Order: sequence, then structure tokens, then C-alpha cells
Amino acid sequence: MKKFFPHPLLSLALLVAWLLLNNTLSFGHLLLGAFLGLIIPYMSASFWPEHICIKKPFVFLRFIAILLYDIVVANITVALQVLGENKNLHPSFITYPLSIQNQLGISVLASTISLTPGTVSCDLSVDQSTLLIHALSAQDKEKVIAHIHQRYEKPLMEVFVQC
Amino acid sequence: MEILIATLVFIGAFFTLVGSIGLVKLPDFFTRLHGPTKATTLGVGALLIASSLYFSSQHEGLSLHEILITLFLFITAPISAHIMAKSALHIKKNEEKKERLDA
Repeated sequence: MKKFFPHPLLSLALLVAWLLLNNTLSFGHLLLGAFLGLIIPYMSASFWPEHICIKKPFVFLRFIAILLYDIVVANITVALQVLGENKNLHPSFITYPLSIQNQLGISVLASTISLTPGTVSCDLSVDQSTLLIHALSAQDKEKVIAHIHQRYEKPLMEVFVQC
Repeated sequence: MEILIATLVFIGAFFTLVGSIGLVKLPDFFTRLHGPTKATTLGVGALLIASSLYFSSQHEGLSLHEILITLFLFITAPISAHIMAKSALHIKKNEEKKERLDA
């Protein structure tokens, strides 16, 4: 079963994406989408070396809700910073110590950091233990690190578990 | 409904504009990176919600393409920002090396 159906969630996501692309729910497209959802994970299996289980879907949904809220709030702060004077900015690099271990978790965290305005993730260290972040205006680096850890990394560590 | 859509389009346009202003006026490469990544999130996000609402209310049936656009943007935007930041770091590193060799 596992051999022919390696990533059930990916299959489901592909089916939904196919239906959204076509903007229909007709039977033909449902069938075609299901076929693509089966064949694509099978053919791309070598791109997914780790088996990650997604635990606690509600934590993940709450994480997305928090992320959307933070994006809106941070967008307004950054808009004010951009429109304000350059000399009020304190751009700096921050080295963020990663606690999350698996690759999927790290990439989701890095994307989250880039998506929230004011921070962009720049580089992952070779041993995958630290992430280099550039912040548009960070006077207190410890605060930024604590914020990211508390709000984003902790829920992600609960969601993406190696199995 | 129209007022809601108009407000969303306005918000989207405003944040996209701020993103572009940021691209022009911020002092160096890394701070400039912040401009466009921000414009994609709230700017394009608001525009796409407006588009989804408009086409759902004007025509029959829901229009949900926009969710997919948002999803793809949210997946790809951080990656391009990451690659640009990383290459900038490497170019700078090379420059430092060159200076050391020249000295």
C-alpha cells in the first residue's frame, strides 16, 4: 500500500489544486485529478527522502491563522517604516538557532519568516543548526528570536514529526 | 458589496505601491529585499480576495482560482527572496576575498 500510495496528503492536495485550477467539480475532472494525484507522488517519490507525518492538524490551522494575522499587522508596521525616514531603520543580520530538525519543518519556517514583513531568511548553515535572517528594523535581536521561536517554531515542531 | 470590493482593491494597491516605494528608497540591497516580499503578501492578497468576491458575486458559482494563485505566490515568493539574499551574500564574500588578495 505504502509503495503505490506514498504521500496521501500530497495526493489530496494535488486533487484539490487540479479542481481549483479548472474551477469545476465535474466528474471527469474529479477522475482526472485523482489520477494525477496518484501518479505525480509516485513519480516524484525520490524528491521526498524523509517521511514526515503531519500531526495535530488543529495546531497547524491555528498556526496559519496566527501567521495571517501577523502578516497584516507587520505589513502596516513595515509600510510605516518604509514611508518613514531611512535613518530610523536599524537593519541587521540575526543568527537564529534552529530547534526544529527535519527539512520540511525548516523550509516551512524559513518561508514563514520571509513571508512575514520585516524579516527575510537568507541562509541556512551547512549543519542545519542556524538560520541567517535579515531584519529591516531590529533594535533588540533577542526579542525577534524569542518572537519567532514562540509564535512559529514551537507549533511547527508539534506539527511536523519524523516517522 | 461594491464598497467592500473597492476597499480591498484600494488596500491592495496601497501596499503594492508601498512595496515599490520601498524598492526605490531603501538604502541597500538587503533592506530593498523587504519591499517586494511585503507587496506580494498583503498587496496581492487583498487584490485576489477582491477578485474572488467580484467574480463570485457577478457570475454564477464561486470563483476560487484566486486561492490557488495566493498559494503559489506564498510558496514561491520566499524562495526567490531567499535565493537573491543568498547570492548577494556569496558575491559579497567573494569581494572580500578579492580585497584580501589585492592587499
